[in-house]
Amino acid sequence: MNAILANIGFWVLGITAVVSALMLITRENPVHSALWMLLTFFCVAGIFVQLDAEFIAAIHVMVYAGAILVLYMFVVMLLNPKSTGFIKMPFKVILGAIVSFVIFLQVMMTLMGADVIKTSQLTGISDPNNFGNIKLFGIELFTKYIVPFEIVSIMLLVAMIGAIVIAKKD
Amino acid sequence: MVLAIVFTLIKILIIVVCTLIGVAYMTYAERKVIGSMQVRLGPTHTGPFGLLQPLADGLKLFTKEDMTPDMVDKPVFYVAPFLGMVPALAAFAVIPFADKMTIFGMEVQPYVTDINVGLLYILSLSSVGVYGIIMSGWASNSKYATIGSLRSTAQVISYETAMGLAIIGPVLLAGSTSLKSITDAQAGMWFMIPQFVAFIVFIISAVAETNRAPFDLPEAETEIVAGFHTEYSSMRFAMFFLGEYAAMWVMACLVAILFLGGYTGPFLPPLVWFLLKVFAFMFFYLWLRATLPRLRYDQLMDLGWKILIPIALANLLITSIVVYAIRN
Repeated sequence: MNAILANIGFWVLGITAVVSALMLITRENPVHSALWMLLTFFCVAGIFVQLDAEFIAAIHVMVYAGAILVLYMFVVMLLNPKSTGFIKMPFKVILGAIVSFVIFLQVMMTLMGADVIKTSQLTGISDPNNFGNIKLFGIELFTKYIVPFEIVSIMLLVAMIGAIVIAKKD
Repeated sequence: MVLAIVFTLIKILIIVVCTLIGVAYMTYAERKVIGSMQVRLGPTHTGPFGLLQPLADGLKLFTKEDMTPDMVDKPVFYVAPFLGMVPALAAFAVIPFADKMTIFGMEVQPYVTDINVGLLYILSLSSVGVYGIIMSGWASNSKYATIGSLRSTAQVISYETAMGLAIIGPVLLAGSTSLKSITDAQAGMWFMIPQFVAFIVFIISAVAETNRAPFDLPEAETEIVAGFHTEYSSMRFAMFFLGEYAAMWVMACLVAILFLGGYTGPFLPPLVWFLLKVFAFMFFYLWLRATLPRLRYDQLMDLGWKILIPIALANLLITSIVVYAIRN
């Protein structure tokens, strides 16, 4: 009973996420795109909850939907860019699409062939049932993954200082 | 299993109905309290002491004509009021109104659910609530609505940061983000005392986050008509109103849980204690509105970024050091 309900939940969330992602890249109006993106974020957060990763789900909504997308909306609203539509598709665009598709296939084949996910030393949290637990998450992050964590922190700090320097320059 | 689902649905229904009644009578309390603070009477004619005034207002809003201006972006215009209201109502799902109790030999939890990221859930919902404001402002295609929504968005984002930093203090002391664990951790002492700085920062940001006076710039009547909901009428306007007042109740509940010990207290039953603390904070909202003049926009931003956030950060640093020293 529970498994069936969980399955139904997954399919509803997954299909909504894919459909709204498609709507996101096909809308002409950037504000509409942003709103479809919001729906995608919510569906992905729902899938995280289904995987017992409530912490990731909450942070996902807070950071992506609550902060980043709001800034996008701000910029879009203030600049109000006019779309020229998708009807005119020059040769460059078609060429780009073909090239990116080939590269995508190549990347996928490399990944399948090399079995990167299995052979690299990535291991999950020791107690997967408790994944939503912030304490466990913090312990893993600050012991096993301390070096990547520190590198990311330094990068964010650099980005912050860079933003201030750029904004201060008149 | 089916019984559990039915039971949860009943609980959700009770909480939503209580919230709606709370919102309706908050408007009554607002008019009465501010009335007496300004030596007026407030509503007196509808029912005894004007007690039926909220019902009359509600009926009026229901039966008014629903106008949609020609130049609006229709789908976004229609969705925006829902996005303003739903997050505020959904936040009540994790609020522990009272401790577990036994009724007719059956153990009842007087809250919908107790998840281990309860506080983050409420924070992420309140950060999503801003979409109702942005979307209504953009979709209305009116300069007053756009200015109102831009102001409001900037304000909500800025004060969210200060609020989030202030919340970490109680979370560090309790060692959990579940609202029930935070309440239980305050059995000895309310977090208001060791976290006094965080308490002050939190209440200021809570008032700013809900766009209430003295931070009600988004709907400053004297400058920009009604801000982001200028173009809305009838039920759609009522939904914005409902969302705003429900968000006020959520913030009052959060203050009670994080700093005032939630439902803990001597003699009286837990639910009564909880409601007393929440009502006290709701009164504080009205008191502020009757007392303080509105801030100017740049003053508001200065207060948020240059005063509240540094104070909250310093508090966070000191709290972490003390907690670390005590625990080891």
